[in-house]
Amino acid sequence: MDSIVGKSSALTWAVNISVVLLVLLWTIPTFGLLVSSVRDKDQLVSSGWWTSFSKVERNLIKRSAPASEQSKVDDLYVLTGNVFGDKKGVVTAFGWRSQDPMAFIPGDSVPLRKGKMLQINADGSYLLTSPIPFTSKRGSRLFVTSIEEPIFTLNNYSEVLFAEGLGKSFLNTMTVTIPATIIPILIAAFAAYALAWMEFPGRAIFLAMVVGLLVVPLQMSLIPLLKLYTDVGIGKSYLGIWLAHTGFGLPLAIYLLRNYIAGLPREIIESARVDGANEFMIFVKIILPLTFPALASFAIFQFLWVWNDLLIATVFLGNNEEQLVMTGRLRELLGSRGGNWEILTASAFVSIFVPLMVFFSLQKYLVRGLLSGSVKGG
Amino acid sequence: MEQMLVALFTVVVGVLGCIAYFVGSNLLLDVIYPTSGKNSNQNIQRSSAIRPWLFMGPAIVFLVIYLVYPVINSIYLSFHGPSGKEFIGFKNYIWLAGDDKFRESLFNNMLWLLVVPAASTFFGLLAATLTDRVSWGNIAKSLIFMPMAISFIGASIIWKFVYDYRGEGDDQIGIFNAVIVHFGGEPQAWIAMPFWNSFFLMIILIWIQTGFAMVLLSAALRGIPEETIEAAILDGANPLQVFLKIQMPQMWNTIAVVWTTITILVLKVFDIVMAMTNGQWGSQVLANYMFDWMFRGHDFGRSATIALVIMVLVLPVMVWNVRNLKNEN
Repeated sequence: MDSIVGKSSALTWAVNISVVLLVLLWTIPTFGLLVSSVRDKDQLVSSGWWTSFSKVERNLIKRSAPASEQSKVDDLYVLTGNVFGDKKGVVTAFGWRSQDPMAFIPGDSVPLRKGKMLQINADGSYLLTSPIPFTSKRGSRLFVTSIEEPIFTLNNYSEVLFAEGLGKSFLNTMTVTIPATIIPILIAAFAAYALAWMEFPGRAIFLAMVVGLLVVPLQMSLIPLLKLYTDVGIGKSYLGIWLAHTGFGLPLAIYLLRNYIAGLPREIIESARVDGANEFMIFVKIILPLTFPALASFAIFQFLWVWNDLLIATVFLGNNEEQLVMTGRLRELLGSRGGNWEILTASAFVSIFVPLMVFFSLQKYLVRGLLSGSVKGG
Repeated sequence: MEQMLVALFTVVVGVLGCIAYFVGSNLLLDVIYPTSGKNSNQNIQRSSAIRPWLFMGPAIVFLVIYLVYPVINSIYLSFHGPSGKEFIGFKNYIWLAGDDKFRESLFNNMLWLLVVPAASTFFGLLAATLTDRVSWGNIAKSLIFMPMAISFIGASIIWKFVYDYRGEGDDQIGIFNAVIVHFGGEPQAWIAMPFWNSFFLMIILIWIQTGFAMVLLSAALRGIPEETIEAAILDGANPLQVFLKIQMPQMWNTIAVVWTTITILVLKVFDIVMAMTNGQWGSQVLANYMFDWMFRGHDFGRSATIALVIMVLVLPVMVWNVRNLKNEN
């Protein structure tokens, strides 16, 4: 390939820049989610995440302390405090009427009605004075324009994990995923070996059946199985979903493993047969260890698929604390907390974190599996 | 924590159970038909006739219960009423033919079918050809491939944030509207726009599937013999001609695989629509409509009928796959 492109450095540059653009397009959405999930929730909704490292200018409406906190200094009634509360910020302008919220610069002492005076300093501290006692239980309205330092926090994560129940859902997802990943492998491996190397009538038909079932839409299976589960008494339970994922994962597992096992050298198997080993011994002692890469590929597929599944979990598991998986929880949060981006971004990131780790550490097997599953099988 | 222990226990029991079945049944076979002593030849023949079925047994049971039986049962249910008990003939099909929402779903599914496989394959091909030519191509591939690992619902949240809309005048916090405002356009609530919203949902699936297409196509590109390309260059072909006339024809098989795989996925698309619009604003698709009738409509008959429509749409690909398998053997 280099021979085509390498001749012109301008073209090389163009290719490099195009790849950079593609990569940016593909990563920016996820990156935005990650950055947003660690921002302060007030800043998150008031400015784009791409501005999150610069200072934020915001127009705030605050209230002074209520009348109950007033003290008397000399002849004046006084209310003091800080508009930022415990946080830090810099006031660049303030006002006391909504029509003109940026009328004054910090440090000015300005007259309000009935002889009251208001002063707001750059650090946010304010001083309200009045010749007559304050009466408002809610405090007076103060308009400030502030420049805030960017705030990054893990509070969003602690909130979703503990208060929103995502932690429990994380465990539920693990509970579904581990057995549903491991159990199909063994069942599929034996069937794959039989389809690859054993002679029996109907072998071709079974293989065709597996290939056909690969594409059967799951939607077909939902209602009949739901009815079957109710009749048999499995109902909505972990057992039911483990079995369902096993059944739905089998065609791909058998297909992938058969492709791999059929590609092993014939001599290995035949020399073992000549030595008098029976098929079971051959499978366990020779084939299974050799098949490890294909087993790993399938395990990753199945893991990602089960972890990320929403449909099967919604149908075969209940909607309660004990059974709601993370994808289901995300769906609920989308409905109930649709506008709370700090909750949604943090929850989404918790749910995609494990698959991303699996993806980046085991990508080699994933790619291998894809290639043997699709290219060879054509 | 307790249920995690139950899960781990299940893994152990399940795996041990499988092992016990396979070891036990094979041992039993060896005991019934010993391979030494008298009749050993006949016994070997018999046991090797039975053994494949021991190997295949559990898989067949699962496949039949979870995939074959449901197809048959769905056909049965499609001729029955909401509870699946009373026979109503073709009423479900007649209802379907006249149902507006069904037509909308079918229409949208067709739109998805036209756009998503084509766009994913196109971008996958673009990414494969470009990344193969830069030194940091593997890192680039890995990043473009990454969305594959993200759940549809997770991806929906990611993109809902991208499309987020604030009224004009407010700072946009969704990057898409922010870019539009930056270039002087008007911010819009994209996912609430009838017809066009489907395309914004499709972008999510294209974003996820491009990596898949790229991985397969990149492998296919590398599998093309160097000599054919070198010969073409010697003959004076320019890069575009090399790509269109030498590389593309040798990749048709892989392109077909990518295309059909994504087609199947598109027919089943559900999570994205459910999370983004739940079928509102004219964005309904078959899989979500089926789900609607199952859980909100509580009509198993109608729901099964819609599932059958998806199945019928999948059939051509299924037949094609099986025929390819035959040719290969």
